[in-house]
Amino acid sequence: MEAEPQAIQAPLLRISALTKRFGGFTALDNVSVDIRPGERFGLIGPNGSGKTTLINCISGAFRTEPGTVTFRDEDITRLQPHMRTRRGIARSFQIPRPFRSMTVAENLMVGLDFAADTSVIVSEAQRREAMMSILTRMGLASKANVSANQLSQVELRKMELARAMATHPKLLISDEAMAGLSSSEVDEVLDLLMSLAGQDITIIMIEHIMQAVMRFSDRVMCLEAGRIIAIGTPDEVMANQRVQEAYLGT
Amino acid sequence: MFSFELLRDAVLIGVLLGCFYAAVSLGLSIAFGLLDVPHVAHPAFLVLAAYVVYFLNEHYGVDPLLAGLLITPLFFLFGLVAYRLYYETFEKRGSDAGVRGIAFFFGIAFIIEVLIILQFGVDQRSVTADYVGKAWRIGEMRIPFRLVVAFVVAVALTVLLTLYLSRTFMGRAIRAVAQDQEALRLMGANPIRIKQWAFGIATAVLGIAGALLIIVAPVEPTLDRAYIGRTFCVVVMAGLGSMSGTLVAAIILGVAETIVLTLFGASWAPAISFAMLLGVLAVRPQGLFGRRS
Amino acid sequence: MKRTGIYFWTGAALFLGAALLMTQVIGNQYPFFAGYVILQFIVLAVAWSILGGYAGYVNFGTAAFFGIGVYTSVFLFKATGAPLPVQIAAAAAIGALMGFALGLLTLRMQGIFFSIATIAATIIIETAITNWRYVGGAAGIQLQRPAVTAPFDNYVEMLFFVQAMLVVLAVAISRYIQRSWMGRGLQALKDDELAAECTGVPTLRLKLMACVISGALMCAAGAPGAMYLQYADPSSAFNLNYSVSTLAMSLIGGTAHWAGPVIGAIVLGTTQQLLTVTISSEVNVLVLGVMLVLFVVAAPEGIIGLVRKVRRKRNEGEG
Repeated sequence: MEAEPQAIQAPLLRISALTKRFGGFTALDNVSVDIRPGERFGLIGPNGSGKTTLINCISGAFRTEPGTVTFRDEDITRLQPHMRTRRGIARSFQIPRPFRSMTVAENLMVGLDFAADTSVIVSEAQRREAMMSILTRMGLASKANVSANQLSQVELRKMELARAMATHPKLLISDEAMAGLSSSEVDEVLDLLMSLAGQDITIIMIEHIMQAVMRFSDRVMCLEAGRIIAIGTPDEVMANQRVQEAYLGT
Repeated sequence: MFSFELLRDAVLIGVLLGCFYAAVSLGLSIAFGLLDVPHVAHPAFLVLAAYVVYFLNEHYGVDPLLAGLLITPLFFLFGLVAYRLYYETFEKRGSDAGVRGIAFFFGIAFIIEVLIILQFGVDQRSVTADYVGKAWRIGEMRIPFRLVVAFVVAVALTVLLTLYLSRTFMGRAIRAVAQDQEALRLMGANPIRIKQWAFGIATAVLGIAGALLIIVAPVEPTLDRAYIGRTFCVVVMAGLGSMSGTLVAAIILGVAETIVLTLFGASWAPAISFAMLLGVLAVRPQGLFGRRS
Repeated sequence: MKRTGIYFWTGAALFLGAALLMTQVIGNQYPFFAGYVILQFIVLAVAWSILGGYAGYVNFGTAAFFGIGVYTSVFLFKATGAPLPVQIAAAAAIGALMGFALGLLTLRMQGIFFSIATIAATIIIETAITNWRYVGGAAGIQLQRPAVTAPFDNYVEMLFFVQAMLVVLAVAISRYIQRSWMGRGLQALKDDELAAECTGVPTLRLKLMACVISGALMCAAGAPGAMYLQYADPSSAFNLNYSVSTLAMSLIGGTAHWAGPVIGAIVLGTTQQLLTVTISSEVNVLVLGVMLVLFVVAAPEGIIGLVRKVRRKRNEGEG
């Protein structure tokens, strides 16, 4: 399909030979993968297979020992999380982590205050405008002045994505943004992510809901026990025998 | 000026002193180390116990150690009530428990200080017993009896608590609750009841520790402030919640204090425990052998 | 937005004018002696809450900063006879440096470990000063006040007015921080440090900035203390009571708004001054303990929180 032009393009994110250990436990074992610009990348694997650890290594919450992370041709392995956010890596959390003492609008303003695209957004008025436009796009405009504490589960998920969007990301990592949602809500969030993808935004989606990942992704990677066991188009990965074994149990 | 003999004496006294520090820190090792309660009022409870012992000794002539033993049930109950209060107002409400908890316990500590002052005045108090004030002579050396008493009681306490936590059902439950509260709940045990019991034990131990405190040296109402540094230093250095670690860490502190005392004089002594504490925290922000990463 | 600014600065000007007028009109010295202490605690509480309130890092090192402020003045005065403004400016500079150093050492620690580390730092600094003979050692040092400058005819009145100016400075800084990007960043990291980092907030740098500003103001608040008492000794200058009082004032007032610590310091500070005169300084500490426990248990958001709750209820009643 689009494989030819992408092969020429430099990767947006390159993970090479990444290993992460916790004491004696190896959570990630020599993982290497390239994410292409504009890609919708699905990340699957059973519980404890290292998906969230990988995300934490990309966003900077964990330091990695061996291995490097390169983002837009820059080695970011040693950068703190906020530096990575400012370079264009944003994420949501598996268990939502809103700023609970703030309203939805204020949650977004944090991102706009500290990581907005300063070539476009300069004044306070512009920041407010950007905030409202993101909220509108995420269907949260009516909740702008509601405390983050009072949001429903699906609203929290959307707000986390909106807050991530406020940092004008090049790469958006969605860590199980659909966990615990009803099927209509899953569709809602999936449509949102679909609409965000494309325009300059590359998305990595971690998900347990297989249908959603398969519908969403250009490419899927499956981790098991910290190693990549399959990578390719959704159909290829689903057909892979090791993936089936990993999911159906041994 | 500084000789081998002096160093040897300092180390010996330091070890004895360290064992005493272990005895006054064991309760905190349970309360803070195992239960995560930011119990800065622990030293104030300790001084309170010392004053109760003083009262029994002064007015009824009860032997200080016996008095310490007599008040342990009282302190056990006191601990049960204190934990219940802490739990209902902080842990149950979730977030911010640490921040408000530490302010809460500081408030309690100040209240205890003042109540002691109002009752007993600001003067130093001490107890009378056969073993207070006498000393053993070994050649040139003079080992105060009171330190030997503290040493024996401290070691016995440490052994008892270690056995309690590893051998009895309740002890094992206490260690389990520190590691995984959810798992315990699934097994049908009530983690809050277990933690309350553990806090009771931690406070009960202070009865005897308070007796040792006033046996080793005279006490004054604001003595608890110096012991914030000593007890937290020991518990953090020990690796949170380890009884034998508490003994080892306390001996390290005791020896360090006596050596500095011998070399530089008493005016530097108050800073030793705090400096060691700060050093440990700076190297390992979650404590020397932090349970969590 | 603009209008509240006008109100604020008008209020500040009126406050300073009233303070100045008091020094010219009132002859009795006692109001200035007591008022000075209350003003000093307002500065301390406001400064404390920049790190302790906005960022949620409960600092028990107030006494360390306050004491260093006192001893900066003692040293400068003894060594060079430096005038009061120089003493205060130097104390602020040293406080900023100290805030930076202590912050680097302790701000990576979380929760109670940070609090304990700040207590430890206080005692270590106190011990160092105790062993410094030049500034008097453990016994303390007597100081002779220089002649007073016009328009004041009494040194304590002048100190009272100087401390009033520090109050305005501290409140203005705290108010600015709360309303700026810095306040938003601190609030974010107070709520969730990792989420704040991942939203672009440079958490360590912000905490350091808060610690530096807070430290500079606390030291500045302590600097006139040497001349106020004409005496300084380590165990009073570094007394843990300063740390706990300051913390109590901020919590009692409420830390969510810059006005909280001001209210708390006025309420608790005035109560303490009255009790010290009428009963004793022990009861004073007792009241401190009881109020701290009561507020932490019953009104965790402080007076500001109570007011907001009442206001919200009334709004709901109307709507």
